[in-house]
Amino acid sequence: MIKLTHIDKFFGNLHVLKDVNLQVAEGEKLVIIGPSGSGKSTTVRCMNFLEEPTSGEVYINGVQLTHKNKTEIVRNSTAMVFQQFNLYPHMTVLENLTLAPIKLQKVPKAEAVERAYKYLDIVGLREKADNYPATLSGGQQQRVAIARALCSRAKIILFDEPTSALDPETVQEVLDVMIRLASEKNITMVIVTHEMGFARQVADRVIFMDHGRIVEEGPPEHFFTNPTEERTKAFLSKILR
Amino acid sequence: MLEQILTPWRWQNLFTQWPALLQAFLTTLVASVLALILALLLGVIFGLMSTSHHRLPRAIARIYVEFFQNTPLMIQLFFVFFALPYAGISLPSFTCGVLCVGVYTGAYISEVVRAGIQSIPQGQFEAAYSQGFTYLQTMLLIILPQTVKIILPPLVNQCVNLIKNTSVLAMIAGGDLMYVANNWATNGNASYGPAYLISGVLYFLLCFPLSTWARRYEEKLKQQDIQKPAAGKEVAA
Repeated sequence: MIKLTHIDKFFGNLHVLKDVNLQVAEGEKLVIIGPSGSGKSTTVRCMNFLEEPTSGEVYINGVQLTHKNKTEIVRNSTAMVFQQFNLYPHMTVLENLTLAPIKLQKVPKAEAVERAYKYLDIVGLREKADNYPATLSGGQQQRVAIARALCSRAKIILFDEPTSALDPETVQEVLDVMIRLASEKNITMVIVTHEMGFARQVADRVIFMDHGRIVEEGPPEHFFTNPTEERTKAFLSKILR
Repeated sequence: MLEQILTPWRWQNLFTQWPALLQAFLTTLVASVLALILALLLGVIFGLMSTSHHRLPRAIARIYVEFFQNTPLMIQLFFVFFALPYAGISLPSFTCGVLCVGVYTGAYISEVVRAGIQSIPQGQFEAAYSQGFTYLQTMLLIILPQTVKIILPPLVNQCVNLIKNTSVLAMIAGGDLMYVANNWATNGNASYGPAYLISGVLYFLLCFPLSTWARRYEEKLKQQDIQKPAAGKEVAA
């Protein structure tokens, strides 16, 4: 479904990804953890070419992403949920959800609206359809952003620290939505997060990154109870108190 | 000065000329609208170019802006009107005026547009690209609409300047408000006071509603962002 081969990424002189190799299977829920600056966000942003790798290849459903085809492949196959929500502030919730389906997938307006309400129901925000994002709490905005991602019907959803910018009391409502989403067998999720309990609950596989490399990977039970790498142990001991 | 303004016959004389004055007012109005359309078009195009990731469009936009901002409008106009005919390009004075004022103001507007685009958080571009919008769709559907509120006050300043700047048409006999007022004032009776007062008032009548409208529009847009759901707008389940 997603394949990264020998990805290197530089920001100027900063070597942020060092030979990252990774495959994500269809329907897999992959969680990427690691300290800040470890390259986990950059890795997930390479998957939809928000960052184009300096070298190495990204494949989505067997097709190599290039500068030329990225818009079309991203449009049809992936959606993203950001740390800062990034809802369009000049549009209502409903308009945020229907813009891409109407403009990009040429879905008739009535159908796009119907689809939007369906996903607003899933995230529990039907009554906020006519609100502007600025009137919603952070947690609500992020749930709208998840609904927006679902409206694209993309099979791959990328989450870049979706709860890191939230007030502590609204984190759980977003995690709950994502946990429900994770029970969908045909959606592939790649999640960068610091929420270890959540990671343990939804992940099929966990990847630990540090200094631009994948240090360790494995199923959550192995990962959280019996990591092999010293750096993983050190990180987990700091974060799981 | 006071004699000029307080002498009734000068005013009477002026008001008997009102059809010519009205005609001139309309000329200024039409010139302003046409130049404004041109300026907005150029402003958006060069504003987009100056925020490009590629060097070439950025450089072209830079040259355009620096050239037209740093030379007098009057010289640009005289060059087009008096010098270009020797290169075989002969344009009527009205066309010259619209073209020059439009291109000149476009340079200022492009800077306003650039600043507006640069004030939009990077996350907005990323959200649009992550949904698969092209560069142009991103700009037209997502970024530029968000800049409107931010750039409206400086944009209206530029529009008002543009209207006032159409008075350079007077220098090439463009038949605009300034030209006719000037003609009348200097046409033997030396009624400068009334002529410039009246034409000044007419310019004011054009510009003042515009800046007032823009101020109200800006307020409305600001309100909209924090608007609660409108009653009865809830869509049935």
